Amino acid sequence: MLSHPELFDLSIAHMDCDAFYASVEKRDNPELADKPVIIGGGRRGVVSTACYVARIRGVRSAMPMFQALQKCPEAVIIKPRMEEYAKASRAIRAMMEELTPDIEPLSLDEAFLDLTGTARLHGAPPAVMLARLVKRMSDELGLTGSIGLSHNKFLAKVASDLDKPRGFSVIGKAETDAFLRDRPVSLIWGVGQVTRDALGQAGIRTFADLLRWNRADLSARFGSMGDRLWHLARGQDRRRVSAHAPVKSISNETTFHEDTSDWHVLDGHLWRMCEKVADRAKAKGIAGRVVVLKLKRRDFSLISRRQSLRDPTQLADTLYRTARGLFDQVGDEGPYRLLGAGLSDLVPEARADLTPDLLDPEANQRARAERATDEIRAKFGSDAILKGRAIR
Amino acid sequence: MKVSIERGTLLKAVSQAQSVVERRNTIPILANVLIEAADDKAQFRATDLDIEVVDQAPAQVERSGATTVNAVTLHEIVRKLPDGALVTLTEEPGSGRLTVEAGRSNFQLATLPREDFPVMPASDYAANFSAKSDVLRRLFDKSKFAISTEETRYYLNGVYMHVAEGEGGQTLRCVATDGHRLARIDADLPQGAETMPGVIVPRKTVGELRKLLDDDDTPIAVSVSETKVRFATEDITLTSKVIDGTFPDYSRVIPSGNTRKMEVDAKEFASAVDRVATVSSERSRAVKMQLDEDRLILSVNAPDSGAAEEELGVAYGDDKLEIGFNAKYLLEIASQVDRENAVFLFNSAGDPTLMREGNDTSAIYVVMPMRV
Repeated sequence: MLSHPELFDLSIAHMDCDAFYASVEKRDNPELADKPVIIGGGRRGVVSTACYVARIRGVRSAMPMFQALQKCPEAVIIKPRMEEYAKASRAIRAMMEELTPDIEPLSLDEAFLDLTGTARLHGAPPAVMLARLVKRMSDELGLTGSIGLSHNKFLAKVASDLDKPRGFSVIGKAETDAFLRDRPVSLIWGVGQVTRDALGQAGIRTFADLLRWNRADLSARFGSMGDRLWHLARGQDRRRVSAHAPVKSISNETTFHEDTSDWHVLDGHLWRMCEKVADRAKAKGIAGRVVVLKLKRRDFSLISRRQSLRDPTQLADTLYRTARGLFDQVGDEGPYRLLGAGLSDLVPEARADLTPDLLDPEANQRARAERATDEIRAKFGSDAILKGRAIR
Repeated sequence: MKVSIERGTLLKAVSQAQSVVERRNTIPILANVLIEAADDKAQFRATDLDIEVVDQAPAQVERSGATTVNAVTLHEIVRKLPDGALVTLTEEPGSGRLTVEAGRSNFQLATLPREDFPVMPASDYAANFSAKSDVLRRLFDKSKFAISTEETRYYLNGVYMHVAEGEGGQTLRCVATDGHRLARIDADLPQGAETMPGVIVPRKTVGELRKLLDDDDTPIAVSVSETKVRFATEDITLTSKVIDGTFPDYSRVIPSGNTRKMEVDAKEFASAVDRVATVSSERSRAVKMQLDEDRLILSVNAPDSGAAEEELGVAYGDDKLEIGFNAKYLLEIASQVDRENAVFLFNSAGDPTLMREGNDTSAIYVVMPMRV
């Protein structure tokens, strides 16, 4: 059992399910229990989740599938069953909602919870309620999770990762500085390879290095990120747990079965990605002002292009035409292994597609056709009507 | 080189040069102005590789020669010198320094060799003609607001100057559009312009050209080829590459069947639009126009910040109409009207609207409505 001087004072938590997709699969198929299980799409895809048996063999999420299979040839590969995971996620969400209304889901299998001021209501402090939550998840759903409990989101997320699986870790205020001092800055969510390299060039590898910088210098060198780093170095994070974290962008991408530079194939993928993004934007009632195109070459190098629209859009047609323009600008840099499209700088849909293009009189008709298509698909299914280029 | 020039004359020549020079330059010589002194004249030449301007000024040349020096610095110095001063520019051969002297002021500026300065190669022009300053001024002034800044549609980043078939025969026509509004301005075709190829004059060139054009009938020598355009006054020659692209067929977007006609005092209309738009802070502010028998109601409804309404007396005799526009676009086209009433011709709330000044079809504007 666990004891900590601040255990009953801390109330910001991060709950992270353990190998969520794999755990759902193992729960539904007991034969898999002690086998290495990898969830991911196809031979060319990447690992989306690996169970702990597979992780012992060195398989990590986001690893290309061929690499995972080199490390663990006998692994059972399962195509993701998103509906099942979503169902399990909803059940967990319902359990969390009994604890607090302030839940900020980050994905299907992790969420922040703010239990501040709930001790009286529940007759037990947050730590106890969270321990009950994971026990209930295990008893009723057959799924395990790890809890991080601290005084802000940054530390709660760090804590939940300390003792996985089935972990329960606490970082109190008093020990924050000592805890962080010798840890690498890559601990910070959002610090990837690029930022890590930039920080490394400035001689910043650990939190202790970061503490030696003053605030103005950090801001001057790293922009808005610098200010955030300054606070995080001191274990400060004032972001609230918010149930309605605004969506910042919508994007979809696909990794091909085989690398391709075939214009027709890429164009077909581009249309499908744009259609998916537009579908999601329409479902959420939002639109975007910036169109983003993402391409990954054979050597994994990334090409990313963006274009601002004068009028925000949620139409697949506009999105596709703009992304196609960006694609044509990139030129012949293939073969590519991945293609993605997205919308960012989001606004409510009431402000989208207000002014048609004078030089493209047919755009209006295409927009009407798209709306009509949407209605048909809503009634008869998404395959009821397709564009020719969608089947390339 | 040793040359003396009156401060005011020098300032005028240098300011034209320094405005062409790109502010952020990776090639040092492009930040410089080439000064050439010979035969009682000093020539100032600056370029950004797309535009070249050559300005000529009368001078007392003691020793002819040529050198290059930072355009912005020279301009700043001359600007700060007292009016009426005589400025002497001296470079001793091989010194690498230009001395600028006026009264008791003395400046030393680093120079770069004139041989490094890129001079735009001469071209053969397909058409050479003379146009009056005020005519060119009107053509570009009334069209430039509609130039697009969208980089992907680079062929819209300028004014399309070409020969067109107008109502009264051939005209010299300037068209600009950004896909939301369009301006089409006509002038009588000057003699010699008939063979001119249509060219897209870039936005920056339009800005530089504008500085040469006074509101009078000074003749401007215009030369046009497929790739370049040149405008010259007695003292200044502006040469520019044109945009390498095809301007879209704009004629099909100019509505010809719009019959619902509204006539309004342009100034009154613009002020009213400006007033009602105040309540909205959005980037694209929509103004709703409700038209009924001789009455126009302008309104803005911004759910987050407020609402505004204003009524205007207009001449309108057609069916009721409700149509929305971007406030900025309405203001811009209304401000082009300077003599008569603004005449709007509508079709429906979803179709392009046409605006002109009275019955004058030599300047027409098309604006796309906005869903409100």
